[in-house]
Amino acid sequence: MASQYAHLSLEAYEGIIQIQLSDRHILDELAIRELGQEFDSVLQDHTSLHLLIDFSNVEHLSSSALGLLITLNSRMADRGGTMMLAHVADSIQEVFRITRLDRVLACHEDLGSARAAVLGE
Amino acid sequence: MSDQTCWKQSWTISGERVACGEVVESIREAMSDAGIGEAATFAVRLSLEEAIANAIRHGHAGDVTRAIAISAEVSPKEVELTIADHGPGFDPDAVPDPTAEENLTIASGRGLALMRAFMTEVEIPPPGNRIILIWRSQTGD
Repeated sequence: MASQYAHLSLEAYEGIIQIQLSDRHILDELAIRELGQEFDSVLQDHTSLHLLIDFSNVEHLSSSALGLLITLNSRMADRGGTMMLAHVADSIQEVFRITRLDRVLACHEDLGSARAAVLGE
Repeated sequence: MSDQTCWKQSWTISGERVACGEVVESIREAMSDAGIGEAATFAVRLSLEEAIANAIRHGHAGDVTRAIAISAEVSPKEVELTIADHGPGFDPDAVPDPTAEENLTIASGRGLALMRAFMTEVEIPPPGNRIILIWRSQTGD
């Protein structure tokens, strides 16, 4: 079945919304707005408390994309839940360090360790 | 820029994605031809994208039809980019520090900090509607 989303693919299970970002470069303002709208739709349709975002396809992102991640992180916290990132490229982790967002955004090496953190394994 | 093998190009483009993408790709190719590595290319690309985004968002209040002037000089040891918009400009000293504890969860305002972190020099001469980004090789060879 074709995905209803242009910029992400979605899987939901065990109280976790797992999103894989589709774009290699998350730089374009219009595409970031569309991605934000797709996340809006996902979070309306799914009441799970945990959002896990798989960055394995992503090579670059802009400061606008950082803004989207911060907004999502706050929304999940407001829900009483968590947001975690997995498979984040070294160059993007460097961006997180420079902006000190490594203190705000929880990065895990892979999906398994992120899921284990959520499920308390 | 002193290197004799310097590649120079200038463009006047709209803020449409396709036009910006072509400029970014041209500069990336010139850096590759100059033998500049991936890490530096990432730094320059990210900074250029941020400067163009700021020109559109702040300089032109989101109007992608207004013209942005970009010039680039690329040599093996140095890349210099100038991005100019037609907005009123801004005072870079008045931009809040996005890494301050109280600003960490604010969703915007990180573009300039990233440019400063990734480039060797960032100059914003008054009135602040033109930014000069300089990357220099740190290796002594």
